[in-house]
Amino acid sequence: MTAADARAVVRIERMTKTFPQGHVTALQDIDLELAPREFVSLIGPSGCGKSTLLRVVGDLIEPSSGSVTVNGKTPRAARKDGDYGIVFQDAVLFDWRTVSRNIAVPLEMLGWDRVHRRRRVAEMLELVELDAFADHYPWQLSGGMQQRVAIARALSFEPALLLMDEPFGALDEMTRERLNLELLSIWEKTGSTVVFVTHSISEAVFLSTRVVVMSPRPGRIAGTIEIDLPYPRTVETREAPRFFELVTTVRELLRRRGEHLLPEEAQLLEAAE
Amino acid sequence: MTDAAVAGPVSRRRAGSTPVARALGRAALVLAVVAALLVLWEAYRWLWTTAGWTWPFAVNDTSMPHVWTIARAFGQPAQVNQPALVTVLFHKMLFTAKEAAAGFAIGGIVGFALGVVLVHSRLLQRGFLPYIVGSQTIPILAIAPMVVIWVNPKLPGSLQGWGSVAVIAAYLTFFPVTINTLRGLQSADPRALELMRTYAASRWAVLWTLRVPSSLPYVFSALRLAATASVVGAIIGELPSGLQDGLGGAIINFNQYYSIEPQELWATNVIAAALGIAFFLLVVLAERLVVRRPPETVT
Repeated sequence: MTAADARAVVRIERMTKTFPQGHVTALQDIDLELAPREFVSLIGPSGCGKSTLLRVVGDLIEPSSGSVTVNGKTPRAARKDGDYGIVFQDAVLFDWRTVSRNIAVPLEMLGWDRVHRRRRVAEMLELVELDAFADHYPWQLSGGMQQRVAIARALSFEPALLLMDEPFGALDEMTRERLNLELLSIWEKTGSTVVFVTHSISEAVFLSTRVVVMSPRPGRIAGTIEIDLPYPRTVETREAPRFFELVTTVRELLRRRGEHLLPEEAQLLEAAE
Repeated sequence: MTDAAVAGPVSRRRAGSTPVARALGRAALVLAVVAALLVLWEAYRWLWTTAGWTWPFAVNDTSMPHVWTIARAFGQPAQVNQPALVTVLFHKMLFTAKEAAAGFAIGGIVGFALGVVLVHSRLLQRGFLPYIVGSQTIPILAIAPMVVIWVNPKLPGSLQGWGSVAVIAAYLTFFPVTINTLRGLQSADPRALELMRTYAASRWAVLWTLRVPSSLPYVFSALRLAATASVVGAIIGELPSGLQDGLGGAIINFNQYYSIEPQELWATNVIAAALGIAFFLLVVLAERLVVRRPPETVT
């Protein structure tokens, strides 16, 4: 992808974000461009600003300087146009709504009529394979199933961009690996561009077309690694020698940048690996 | 992706008990508690009279009539040529219930609306909340006569008298509803609010889709308080209005004869308490029907 690619879904140029309270520079001079259908993971230790970056793209916070465009528009305009869906670490489902009606929330907000809503919700339930649980309440589902509902909800209105902030961070390893596979199959079916924030190196490598490694204080992009593993990726991908090479490359890039980490952050980083 | 094993309704029922059996069990428990309280009343009476204790008050037929004296009072007319006390009190209770229900409705709606307005404006919260709190520090008995004078003349004939009492009951009712509605509306998950923001949802949509459903557990605990407060408000409101048709009038009346026939006031109190409990239970029932929550957070 070149800087001249006019079709960039996300384009960030010399973007800086400071929080006046505490004089923290969360992000400094970020340059990043995402082509359509890319799957880009942001990885880095706590405090590297990866979630902040995601939230700037999603217009949940504003950058202090520099420019950010989503589909060629300001993040605000893109948000108002429903250009992206977001998934957080917790599913954030509405306890008083069934699974179906949770998935329908964005559609209701966008003013879809009942017939179209129902049809789309059925499609989404099929996509995340939760057809049998349409009328269950969120608290009757496991954590992994709840997160699948959240993904279905985020994708229900076919946004061009899917923003995911550690979506599987709260799940156990087994569930996480299974949901990784599912996410890839959903991504291949829908053709969304994905920005995926994670603490896990293997998760980032397994999923992404590109891994962006970030370093803290101030948050910067330390390097970008193209992941040339072929799709569709399967359970075997995790056992391929190339997979391990790439994991090592990412780890080394993280470690090199991790020299000025605080001890507890280094520990966190170790734990994440 | 078949983690279906963990799905299915979460059930915390004891094995082998049906809903009917559980309801019966609960009813039996309530009856047992009532019976125990009656026994305690008589035991206290017996102990104090036998031992001759006078602290904190001397126990006799006036200060603590026998349970059965009170029970018998229901069946006898309080005055000659009148139906049995229970019939009279039942009609008075209906009258007071009408006032309390209207007061509860007015107070509930006004209280909820105030909460909705206040959650959208920090300025209004700062400006109005102290006065809303202040309104409750004025004794209802001091407000009631003015309300009667202000409101009654404006009411159409069918609302005359009891309409102003309903307003007094509403004055007691709206306060907990406002405070809890405000808290409940503010209790919406901040990440859920962010989600709604990503859907470019309007304030109105956020209010009805997210904030109001999040507030319902808070609103309902306020409505439970409000339910009993509205009954108390209606009874107190009757006093300065000079209304004789409700329980307030009966209480004033029987107060005057307390030294001769205390059981009649006690009987009235039992009916008043029953009305309060009935209102409370209606709110609990409504909550069951309306609020969908994980079983462990439903009380």
